[in-house]
Amino acid sequence: MAKSAFLKSSIAKKYWMALTGLFLCLFLTGHLLGNLQLLSTSKDAALHFNQYALFMTTNPAVKILSYLTYISIIFHAIDGIVLTVQNRKARPVRYVMNKPGKNTIWASRNMAVLGTIILVFIVTHMVSFWARMHFDKAMPLQTISINAGGMPQEFYVTTDGGYIPKMQVDQGQIKIENRTEFYDAGANVKIKEGYKDLYKITVAFFKQPQYGLLYTILYVISMVVLGFHLYHGFGSAFQSLGANNPKYNGLIKTFGYAFAIIVPLLFAVIPVYIHFFIK
Amino acid sequence: MGSNKNININLKIWRQKDAKSKGQIETYKLDNVSTASSFLEMLDQLNEQLINERKEPVAFDHDCREGICGMCSLYINGQAHGPASKVTTCQLHMRSFKDGDTIYVEPWRSKAFPVIKDLIVDRSAFDRIQQAGGFVSVNTSGRTIDANATPVPKHDADRSFEAAACIGCGACVASCKNGSAMLFVGAKVSQYALLPQGKVEATQRVLNMVRQMDEEGFGNCTNTGACEVECPKGISLENIARMNREYLFASVK
Amino acid sequence: MLDSKIPEGHISKKWTDYKDHLKLVAPNNRPKIDVIVVGTGLAGASAAASLGEMGYNVKAFAFQDSPRRAHSIAAQGGINAAKNYQNDGDSIYRLFYDTIKGGDYRAREANVHRLAEVSGNIIDQCVAQGVPFARDYGGMLDNRSFGGTQVQRTFYAAGQTGQQLLLGAYSALSRQIGLGRVEMYNRHEMLDIVKVDGKARGIIARNLITGEIERHSAHAVIIASGGYGNVYFLSTNAMGSNVTAAWKIHKKGAYFANPCYVQIHPTCIPVHGTNQSKLTLMSESLRNSGRIWVPKKIEDAQAIRAGKLKPTQIAEEDRDYFLERRYPAFGNLVPRDVASRAAKERCDAGFGIEANDTNEGVYLDFSSEIISKGKQAAYAAGNHHPSDEEVIKLGKAWLEEKYGNLFQMYQQITDENPYETPMKIYPAVHYTMGGVWVDYNLQSTIPGCFVAGEANFSDHGANRLGASALMQGLADGYFVLPYTVSDYLANDIRTGKISTDLPEFVEAENAVKAQIDGFLNNNGTKSVDHFHKRLGNIMWNKVGMGRNEQGLKEAVAEIDALRAEFYKDVYVPGSANELNPELEKAIRVADFMELGQLMAMDALQRNESCGGHFREEYQDSEGETLRDDVNFNFVGAWEYGGSDINNEKLHKEVLNYEYIKIAARNYK
Repeated sequence: MAKSAFLKSSIAKKYWMALTGLFLCLFLTGHLLGNLQLLSTSKDAALHFNQYALFMTTNPAVKILSYLTYISIIFHAIDGIVLTVQNRKARPVRYVMNKPGKNTIWASRNMAVLGTIILVFIVTHMVSFWARMHFDKAMPLQTISINAGGMPQEFYVTTDGGYIPKMQVDQGQIKIENRTEFYDAGANVKIKEGYKDLYKITVAFFKQPQYGLLYTILYVISMVVLGFHLYHGFGSAFQSLGANNPKYNGLIKTFGYAFAIIVPLLFAVIPVYIHFFIK
Repeated sequence: MGSNKNININLKIWRQKDAKSKGQIETYKLDNVSTASSFLEMLDQLNEQLINERKEPVAFDHDCREGICGMCSLYINGQAHGPASKVTTCQLHMRSFKDGDTIYVEPWRSKAFPVIKDLIVDRSAFDRIQQAGGFVSVNTSGRTIDANATPVPKHDADRSFEAAACIGCGACVASCKNGSAMLFVGAKVSQYALLPQGKVEATQRVLNMVRQMDEEGFGNCTNTGACEVECPKGISLENIARMNREYLFASVK
Repeated sequence: MLDSKIPEGHISKKWTDYKDHLKLVAPNNRPKIDVIVVGTGLAGASAAASLGEMGYNVKAFAFQDSPRRAHSIAAQGGINAAKNYQNDGDSIYRLFYDTIKGGDYRAREANVHRLAEVSGNIIDQCVAQGVPFARDYGGMLDNRSFGGTQVQRTFYAAGQTGQQLLLGAYSALSRQIGLGRVEMYNRHEMLDIVKVDGKARGIIARNLITGEIERHSAHAVIIASGGYGNVYFLSTNAMGSNVTAAWKIHKKGAYFANPCYVQIHPTCIPVHGTNQSKLTLMSESLRNSGRIWVPKKIEDAQAIRAGKLKPTQIAEEDRDYFLERRYPAFGNLVPRDVASRAAKERCDAGFGIEANDTNEGVYLDFSSEIISKGKQAAYAAGNHHPSDEEVIKLGKAWLEEKYGNLFQMYQQITDENPYETPMKIYPAVHYTMGGVWVDYNLQSTIPGCFVAGEANFSDHGANRLGASALMQGLADGYFVLPYTVSDYLANDIRTGKISTDLPEFVEAENAVKAQIDGFLNNNGTKSVDHFHKRLGNIMWNKVGMGRNEQGLKEAVAEIDALRAEFYKDVYVPGSANELNPELEKAIRVADFMELGQLMAMDALQRNESCGGHFREEYQDSEGETLRDDVNFNFVGAWEYGGSDINNEKLHKEVLNYEYIKIAARNYK
């Protein structure tokens, strides 16, 4: 079997589209489970979320998965673009009268458009959160306010479960290096590490006085788009990989539809909750 | 058949002198069409009218007119083989239309099916796909084993037959938004893959047929399912999935 | 004069011994030899595939856009083979006997026996090719009964057996095309044969897309262009089915045999109106399950036609199951010609139920079968006390599995649901037993020109049994021609390539071009179809199911006159150098005009009734055919005598029956 055919043939393209798509579905599930912590009403909600964020950005196994995710997104997008271009070429003259609605669902015919919107969403989403998490020098570290004798005092929360008074940092006794590391300014020794406060960033993002509502709405719309994309994509991936058996088709279909509705819905609930319900 | 009546219709038909010319939609009015007529008999009637007016009749492909040869085609009012389900154009009857209807008639649109004239397209790409591997390599000596020597489970034989019922009309390609031929090729691959006689060459067959399909300029399948809905013989998407499987196994072998 | 070249020896040994002594062409010599095959139906595709596989250079021609479209694809019911898988006493001899008897003792014994001998190989071959025949739960091939037999020897694939067999032959052909051993010419129509030194050496074909007239040379030409049923305009044939290839070789010296033997199939959907372009067959296999009837009372028939009464309202005792009444032994499964005539007899007597111009239609009723199969199914499922509804539901499901596609097709055409109300059917022209005369080698009277399948006259006598056409087509192509054509070609290994610059090619090409120009410059006023319909009318009314001397004489004269009018007044639009369907039709109809006249002449000379040829003067008191085995026990082969068809000369090949005792056909 020529290797080239396995990459270039029309069926191989389907496999890659399906495999990357299904992998991204797994990613979505994981991502959702993490994000759902934002809905937590526990007083430690922020801490838990930031702990999760730290884990996700530092754990080597997760790192591998995240690189796989980036590759999948890029491959899925490029493969999609190649398919779309080729498919348009396959019909150089269009029909004057065409009623595709008679034989296909809308989502299945608009995967490229839906996918493009999702890609735009992913990029802006990553700029808003992922890039800040990874590269923003001004990324705040998580602090908590503790009432010490009627006087509220700010403390940095550290990864070992301890606290560093914010005052000491402000006064220069302790300095912050490498964005998260607390150093004893005098001895120049790393003493503790803080949490990047992704929770705060996220909440602030959707609660911005000027654009918070707009961001929330755009996010929800993006999730609707994702829903449509998944509505066709999920079952389609199974078909592409050859999994079509009348015995199980109903199951795959139902699961796919449920996935396409529930996952984006839960994602969309989060910003809505933040915008309207978090104080 | 007492419900038959005559209707008057407007036709918007694609006219194109030959492969190289540019085509356009022309409008015709046709009166007194019996609803018992088939769609092609209606076109016969139009052509008779055009001939009597000394105009050039509309060229369209047709032969058996009983829904089995696969020669007739036509994209009618935005659907392959027209609005009725599981019928070819020759079995579509005018009772599917109403008095005063405007009916668009266009040829199949696909890079791999170039227009030859008016509504006639060249579907020889299908033949070439078949030539690439759609057969069992057995010589025609008659000196094979007895037909009953290898039992074939009824379920497999029936599925194979359902795939083999494809008439090669090209409606799948015509109705697919991507102009993909995977239902056709999937049906061929499946017919043989399901039978012990076809299993021997299954690997080579699927690789060769898919290669040829790609070379012909058909689009890629995105599983919209339009082909299955428009297929006059109800060929199932299962066949595409089976081809995908066969191809996967063949690729990693 | 006519040498049928039937080999000596016992009938069961003839073919084997003969084959063993035929000349061969060595594998290294075969690539030096060209063979042309015209037509890619069962006979043509199988011949082209076999000869290509052997190593000859084959060129195959089809007027359709793909070899897979040939009208063999429309055969529904099945293919016979003497396998005796059902253990009901079948054998090669019985298949041979049934076919001869079914053909009303007007077929050649040796050919038919050979057909029966190779019938089993066909099934083996097709299964090996991946043809998905119907199977039972044990994985074995299933069989059903067909008309004119008392065994179950018909193999089938739902109601699409012809399709599956043709696709099998097409796949074999495709393989050879892919390997470069067969060159395929789609959308090409043969318009003449070219003879050099008396031998068939090539053809003139028109490229139907560009209009180009092409010369193709070969050492042998095989014509497998099908039958001529479209001479009647309305028939179950495909719109493009035509006699042109066969007729052109007739005009160049091939005798045309028994043109009057036309099969009128009893179960077709009745005519609906004047714009009708073709008739649709409902498979004979339906007669396994359906019972044919008309009302007993003439007033009931009238009420039905007037729309005042529904068939389901007619009580059992008021129904006349005329086939069961007249032919109790075979009942609804009498041969086609018998069933057709019986339906015509009832309709002529005023009992027809169809509300069209001629009241021609009878019922094919599945209600008894629904009940009986429904009961069986219920019992099989362990339900020994099924309710009526359950029985009917199960019975309908059984019918759907067996004949689903046919029922669906019927409903699509008529807008009536055959699960609820009986089908309306009437006989229609279906198959032509007559054709180009060939000897035992399937060679016509032009040396090097072989004719196979429905295009030849050889195996079905005066009436073809159901499920035998597929058998014959594949037998000719797979198992006869490869031997006999090789035998002929053995003398051509030193001939070398035949030049298409020979004067014979130039002459033939010029004649074809002249005919085309004649049509295009005719500037008449009426369309080709106008004339074709008029020809069809004459043929159906006077050379149809019932024929008599006066009508036939009138037909000869009327067709002669119509032909003159056709040449004077036909209008063919467009030009020669483009795709021009009207021009294609004109050329075909010109040949139908001549053939139609010859058919009437042949029917006129045959003063007897046999098989599909029913002369009203020759029937017994019960309306059964009266054969004349003393004076008409011959094949009538006509020799072309110039443009006046009246000058055709009749040659007789006397049929000798050594192994079957001639008797009156009795299906009672």
